[in-house]
Amino acid sequence: MATLDAPLIVSSRRDYADSFTLSRYLETGGYEGLRKALSMFPEDVAAEVDKASLLGRGGAGFPAGRKWSMLRRSAISYLVVNGDESEPATFKDHYLVERDPHQLVEGVIIAAYALQVSQVFIFLRGEFALGLERVQQALNDAYAHGALGQKIFGSDFSIDVVVHPGAGAYICGEETSLLEALEGKRGFPRIKPPFFPAVTGLYGEPTVVNNVETMSNLPWIITNGGAAFAALGAGRSTGTRLFALAGNVKNPGVYELEMVKNTFRDIIFDPALGGGLAEGRSLKAFIPGGVSAPWFGPDQLDTPLGQDEVGGLGSMLGSGSIVVMDDASCVVRATWRITKFFSRESCGQCTPCREGSGWIERAMYRLEHGGGRMEDLDLLLDLCDNIAPGLSWPPQQTTICVLGPSIPSSVHSALSMFRDDFVAHVNHGGCPHD
Amino acid sequence: MSHFRADIRQRAEELVALYPRKRSAMLPLLHLAQEHDGYLSDDGIAEVAQLTGTTPADVRGTASFYDMFHLEPVGTYVVGVCTNIACLLAGGEELLEHAGATLGCAVGATSSDGLFTLEETECLADCNLAPCVQVNHRYVRTTTPETFDAMVEDLRAGRLDHDVPSHGTLIRVKRQGGLRVSKDDIAAERAAALAARTARAEAAAAAAAIAGEDK
Repeated sequence: MATLDAPLIVSSRRDYADSFTLSRYLETGGYEGLRKALSMFPEDVAAEVDKASLLGRGGAGFPAGRKWSMLRRSAISYLVVNGDESEPATFKDHYLVERDPHQLVEGVIIAAYALQVSQVFIFLRGEFALGLERVQQALNDAYAHGALGQKIFGSDFSIDVVVHPGAGAYICGEETSLLEALEGKRGFPRIKPPFFPAVTGLYGEPTVVNNVETMSNLPWIITNGGAAFAALGAGRSTGTRLFALAGNVKNPGVYELEMVKNTFRDIIFDPALGGGLAEGRSLKAFIPGGVSAPWFGPDQLDTPLGQDEVGGLGSMLGSGSIVVMDDASCVVRATWRITKFFSRESCGQCTPCREGSGWIERAMYRLEHGGGRMEDLDLLLDLCDNIAPGLSWPPQQTTICVLGPSIPSSVHSALSMFRDDFVAHVNHGGCPHD
Repeated sequence: MSHFRADIRQRAEELVALYPRKRSAMLPLLHLAQEHDGYLSDDGIAEVAQLTGTTPADVRGTASFYDMFHLEPVGTYVVGVCTNIACLLAGGEELLEHAGATLGCAVGATSSDGLFTLEETECLADCNLAPCVQVNHRYVRTTTPETFDAMVEDLRAGRLDHDVPSHGTLIRVKRQGGLRVSKDDIAAERAAALAARTARAEAAAAAAAIAGEDK
């Protein structure tokens, strides 16, 4: 049975139809965390977040407090919020920006105060038309409420927040690519080093880039204290996390669960959560953390939902999305569709990714649609090895950003786990499921 | 002489003023230009170039990177059907095929009456209601062929005009009363805050030193 006794930290207003309004937000404790933060020294606010050991919720899982501590001292610095959620089957930030925009805005102001940054940009993917409206309305309300603008809530702190629309490019979730888009350019990831925008970011100035969910945790952390947050979860994975459950389950959706205390079996099968698979179906495989992550099979169902727990088994919790595939689904088709996605979204700067993704996609296409050859199976592995030499986890990188090394995950997983299915496709001259 | 209507031109100028550098307004302005013309026309591109201090080649080169920008005219309603992993598992490919038959156009094409353009999209982050469909980037949540066809009838009859406004994701994103804090104010405020914190820290250190001597 799933463990569901932890407090809801970022989805506490999920049952209110008007959860996105200022009046509902104020009735449910809204902006109290900010008032408390403003009564503290900025470095003490940052210390609370450090104490919470909040891991970034964007995908890489870098500790937020440590990221903040790297911000180079400068007369001008920026905070940029990453709301470009585009990892396939990830839809938690969508929930947060549409359903609880004030919580995001309050978290952003708390972070800006802790960092002593006065200019913030919230970057939302352009397809979130309603999310853009809701966040802009929340900002308008926050200005009218005195939480934004000159000397907020009577303090000595002034802040301006601008919401910025993306325009349909997965790669802009990569933080340096996002900064390029914010500078009005093509979303090409920047060459590293410098590795961290905290040193050289927007317009070359120090910039902290944090995910929407990371920011949304801050009001609760400041109100209740970093220690209370750190008391939840286990090991390095503290607090709760939003998990986006998708694919062949009865109840796909966004679920907030305490870290580590539940397993993949709990979220997929518990009646209060995923509710299991359709009648008569059994689990074939699942992707534990977005399509960039290597797959798991039924044997890994009892793995706890924690960063190191999943990492130790050669995959990642990543963006917090879990995709369930049942025994009626075709893993070759699923793999082909994932490689098609990467091929389409590769920015084209680096040869291994640009050429490799298209080559892999074409080989996968002919396996699925007819014309596949037995030697394609080795060819696929060879191509993957050229993008991420050794096919180890975490992958070796031959490219500017991690999009390239994410391509082999699904191909390598599917071929290792279901080689017979690939062989059947070759022998059948296409998909036996059609 | 502005190509944009007065209200769009005014919003464009307000957007440019929000950023430390004009070029940063590129993506928002391209959304506005698309709202104005239905796609990125030569005149729209020229005006965005003028507003951002760039050239039309810069603007076109940037716009062509992003899926949401149309460099050719498109239908009144751009219908996007997702076929990425979660939607694939829920029948997204079949729904896309059905959509093509209903709308009378292939993927990437526009129907002969100019009403609909059909697109196969990547993940739209609404996977609990798969397969996911957006019209002009609004979620319409029609997951079956039957509900899809009913939605198309509603669009034709104008019954969804409120839920699905015309092009431009920024059409209802309006910033109000946001006082932009000037760079000089920020610098002065940050310097004062730093001085205050330094003084506090020195006072605390001095107090600790005195307390240490007392022992």
